[in-house]
Amino acid sequence: MSRIIDKTAAELAADIREGRLTSVEVTTAFLDRIAAVDVTIKAFLHVDRDGALATAAEVDAAVAAGQELGPLAGVPVAVKDVVVTKGLPTTAASKILEGWIPPYDATITERIKAAKMPILGKTNMDEFAMGSSTEYSAFGKTLNPWDTGRIPGGSGGGSAAAVAAKMAPLAIGTDTGGSIRQPGAVTGTFGAKPTYGSNSRFGLIAFSSSLDTPGPVARNALDAALLHEVISGYDPRDSTAIDAPVPPVVAAAKAGANGDLSGLKLGVVKEFAEGADAAEPGVIAAYEAGVEQLVKLGAEIVEVSCPSFSYALPTYYLIAPSEASSNLARYDGVRYGLRAGDDGQHSLEEVMSLTREAGFGPEVKRRIILGTYALSAGYVDAFYGKAQLVRTLIKQDFEKAFEQVDAIISPTTPFIAFKFGERTGDPYQMYLADLYTIPTNLYGGPGVSVPVGLSEGMPVGLQVMGPVMGDDITYRVAAALESTQDTLLADTAPEISTDLRFAALNEDGK
Amino acid sequence: MSTISREEVAHLARLARLEVTDDELDAFAGQLDVILESMKTLAEVNTDGVQPTSHAVPLVNVFREDQPQPSLPRDAVLAGGPDTAEDRFRVPRILDEEA
Repeated sequence: MSRIIDKTAAELAADIREGRLTSVEVTTAFLDRIAAVDVTIKAFLHVDRDGALATAAEVDAAVAAGQELGPLAGVPVAVKDVVVTKGLPTTAASKILEGWIPPYDATITERIKAAKMPILGKTNMDEFAMGSSTEYSAFGKTLNPWDTGRIPGGSGGGSAAAVAAKMAPLAIGTDTGGSIRQPGAVTGTFGAKPTYGSNSRFGLIAFSSSLDTPGPVARNALDAALLHEVISGYDPRDSTAIDAPVPPVVAAAKAGANGDLSGLKLGVVKEFAEGADAAEPGVIAAYEAGVEQLVKLGAEIVEVSCPSFSYALPTYYLIAPSEASSNLARYDGVRYGLRAGDDGQHSLEEVMSLTREAGFGPEVKRRIILGTYALSAGYVDAFYGKAQLVRTLIKQDFEKAFEQVDAIISPTTPFIAFKFGERTGDPYQMYLADLYTIPTNLYGGPGVSVPVGLSEGMPVGLQVMGPVMGDDITYRVAAALESTQDTLLADTAPEISTDLRFAALNEDGK
Repeated sequence: MSTISREEVAHLARLARLEVTDDELDAFAGQLDVILESMKTLAEVNTDGVQPTSHAVPLVNVFREDQPQPSLPRDAVLAGGPDTAEDRFRVPRILDEEA
């Protein structure tokens, strides 16, 4: 392949460092790609051409001056719109934050800037990261580059689609219940949710504080690992950050690429395979073919029992909305964003209610009401309190499993990308998309989704879950699986029509 | 027998400062009922003697020296507000004038 946009992030970084390409050339290639295809895909809410090119020019000057540069210097990145970026609009895809320009950077934004990575823009998502399809974005949905009639996953569908459509070599996502891994699975890209606390939440617009974790989105494990190491590490501004060395994920991805997993034990969860928790047949077939490859590489498959995983979904949908109802209380129409009904006739409290009614979309309202219910007197013990107890049991299931195995594998999501509108009428059907990703969030450990094959022509992901601070093992297994693929799945996506008439047609047809 | 009534949803919306419409109340009551039904399955789980998990990682208090640190410039913060006056966020009246 000869196009700049087809190269991996690791290749681009080497080309820039060694003078074969300039960062301006690379960044321009991706900006041009965005200009050509994002009219169709709609992955970006905001593109910062000038800012990205300014950073790129700085990198090129540094290369020319012979300065020492970081491992991803000059390689552009897209950032999910839930991550605060100084001077760039940040909305979390909500009308309530429309037009807000943050006066500061998130810690991970600071680290991206310190690594001299040009920021291409901000990517679309479900409002406040609540959803599995981007259909809950206040600014319109993102389309799946593999089939524009289907969802790109969510909440981070914009970041996943941007990488799948080669509008960015890398992107940042956030994962509260699967928002990096599920979009990765359905768009044929690689997504990693790092260990909770191994990177900073400072400057992430809060959804569920005990679960939210930022992480990398890429086309392969090594690229993701490089970005993972750029953004990770202790931050005194996040009181839940872990003060410990970042797991060596880059070395692990390189080791995994050798394709040797001998001596490694991989757990499969008995309860995932049963009854209502079973994935659709095409997903199971693609996943099982991947498991066979892992066995050929020397891994031993061990069945583990995690009986409390069956309760992970209701546990999550009590804990996350409860925390969200509290976190989203800050949108009161006073300090940022929207204010509605301030006509001299309404009191402050009425203005708050009118602002929140006008500014929040349906899923956010549902979750605020659900969280308020779960925390209200008379119900708190039966709902929120009980969920915290079951969360302990889920954690214990993981801990027991990791006494027997090095990592746990599963399909990432029970079904391939569904069609737009299929699940918006019944929120519970939407929630099922995260059936296999949620347990890891409740436990706090790392999980990655690596493309494993196709079902009905659409990508399927294999999830690798590791013990807390064992992110390296997840990358090693994923990179080993990639080594069995002649071509990365992400490189087999159909070419996107850049015909504007098609884009217009698409718009009308939805 | 539904778990949550339309009236309860309206009450919760008021508590959460959400001025929901009649249509939203109708939709939410039905949808929340389905969700809460699934959550009732948690009652089956034996959690006797189990300690709650509020956070994924063990938490300790984080302290720092009580020294002034630079904060954001006032103008930069106020620039994001919907309405400002006299270097402050302007808010609507807090008490009813009749009160």
